[in-house]
Amino acid sequence: MRNTWIIWRKELHGYFVSPIAYFLLTMFAVVSAFFFWLYLRGFVEYGMEMQMRGQGMPMNLNEQVMRPLLANTAVIGLFFIPMITMRLFAEEKRSGTIELLATSPIRDWEVILGKWFAAVTLYACMLLFTALNFAFLFKYGNPDWKPLAIGYLGLLLQAGALLAIGTFISSLTKNQIIAGAVTFGICLLLWISSSVGEFETSIWSQVLSYMSVLTHFEESFAKGVLSAKDAVFFLTVIFLGLFFTVRSMESLRWRS
Amino acid sequence: MITAKELTKRYARNTAVDHISFQVEKGQIVGFLGPNGAGKTTTMRMLTCFLSPTSGGATVAGYDVLEQPLEVKRRIGYLPETPPLYPEMETAEYLTFVGKLKGLSGAELRRRLDYVCDRCAVADVKNKLLGKLSKGYRQRVGLAQAIIHNPDVLILDEPTSGLDPKQINETRDLIRSLGGDHTIILSTHILPEVEQTCEQVLIINKGKLVATDSVHNLQNRARGAESMLVEVSGRNGSLDFAAVQQRLEQVAGVSRVVPKQRQENRNTFEVESQKGFIRGDLARAVVESGWDLNELRPAAISLEEVFLQLTKAQVDAQDGSPKESL
Repeated sequence: MRNTWIIWRKELHGYFVSPIAYFLLTMFAVVSAFFFWLYLRGFVEYGMEMQMRGQGMPMNLNEQVMRPLLANTAVIGLFFIPMITMRLFAEEKRSGTIELLATSPIRDWEVILGKWFAAVTLYACMLLFTALNFAFLFKYGNPDWKPLAIGYLGLLLQAGALLAIGTFISSLTKNQIIAGAVTFGICLLLWISSSVGEFETSIWSQVLSYMSVLTHFEESFAKGVLSAKDAVFFLTVIFLGLFFTVRSMESLRWRS
Repeated sequence: MITAKELTKRYARNTAVDHISFQVEKGQIVGFLGPNGAGKTTTMRMLTCFLSPTSGGATVAGYDVLEQPLEVKRRIGYLPETPPLYPEMETAEYLTFVGKLKGLSGAELRRRLDYVCDRCAVADVKNKLLGKLSKGYRQRVGLAQAIIHNPDVLILDEPTSGLDPKQINETRDLIRSLGGDHTIILSTHILPEVEQTCEQVLIINKGKLVATDSVHNLQNRARGAESMLVEVSGRNGSLDFAAVQQRLEQVAGVSRVVPKQRQENRNTFEVESQKGFIRGDLARAVVESGWDLNELRPAAISLEEVFLQLTKAQVDAQDGSPKESL
């Protein structure tokens, strides 16, 4: 575990010394802030309209702002995750530093876990910026914090799963662009695959739609529902992603 | 300290390393010599557990590279062909990271850090980004990285490539001074390097071990008969080429005289002899015949020629037309 910690620190150092982390943090914050403004504006306008009509429809920040925003953040995440993971192994393979890691007295899974943890940590930092938006809601409104906390837990689980997939793909190539593009493609597929189930009823389309990371988030965590079933789904993907990365690193020893 | 048995690495189409066996004793400095693509790097990667052998095996410090890779890795320091540096790290930061990876911590890590910075002369770039270092410094940081945990075995892949002559000498001195405490394998395609730094040499070509011997023995083996370069010029403008050759052949102990260069007033011959020391007789013969002796020196055969002879002999043997080798 000590080794995992060493690798984790080194990776975070790599993210935060280079401009990568700052660009990702900034862009993520800008995009989420834009959506926050959009939803909040809609909420306020809706409220004024209701008042003018004299109807006393119940207004709910959790339902009308937080939930769609959380779902939104999950989608924005899909676009940023490939950029976090694409360098993890591809860069080490290209620059030859993988030889240092592979010839040090440290196990493959310790390296992989350290790198994945670092990616999750960076994503968690990005989420912190979106939490700033929600902080305003708590200042001026009175939303319930529990669904929000569960929503963030879901976001982390979902990102953890996609980051594990990205880590695996990065271990397959020495080209960062390829790693990024393939991960991005898979992220998008796992997003839109939910719609397959809507018009197809065959077993395969059901499987495909089950694979969609977004259904596992939007239908439960985003609503503030702590769902063991969906948590298990994400944890399984994390485990499989990291497991395949271990195999991929092992196979390096048998290839050139 | 290191034993390789029938070590083989096969890729899809070619065999990079073909049943190589050798043994390295503790404290020795061994040169791994061969042209580019001979299989040096692949062999080293198998010894460091970076690659797994297709068949055969090796032990390092008594541990099997396949069965106990962690134990092997604890005991080796490895400098790959391109030093494995992270450009966004500073030198001291990087060496600390590697030290931790190798299992050092606390006061011992700080002590070793100071030691390797001093030993590899990188103390003055401790706080510089690795990405901004010159090639020479990068190579030395690479070396510092390899010895930070004081490993029993050092494996260095072309440690002097890309350095300027002064740096090359410094690096060779450093490697020589590390021998004794450490068992060192270094690969190179530069022959003088082996002559200068190594005690033992393994010559490898096309994945096969061609020769293994001490540097001294190899030179002797290839030399066979001693040969001498003699340059003779005439005193008053004219020189009879045939006469000189004839006179030289008459000197006692000379077995063969090969004309090397023939200019108007100046001739160079290579004189081979079976007997040990004939320089005095040669000189007297030339001077007494009324010619000038411009130059007389032993034509030392370098490892370069040994190497070419050895690898050529192998290629010829493969072609099915074995020619005279050693």
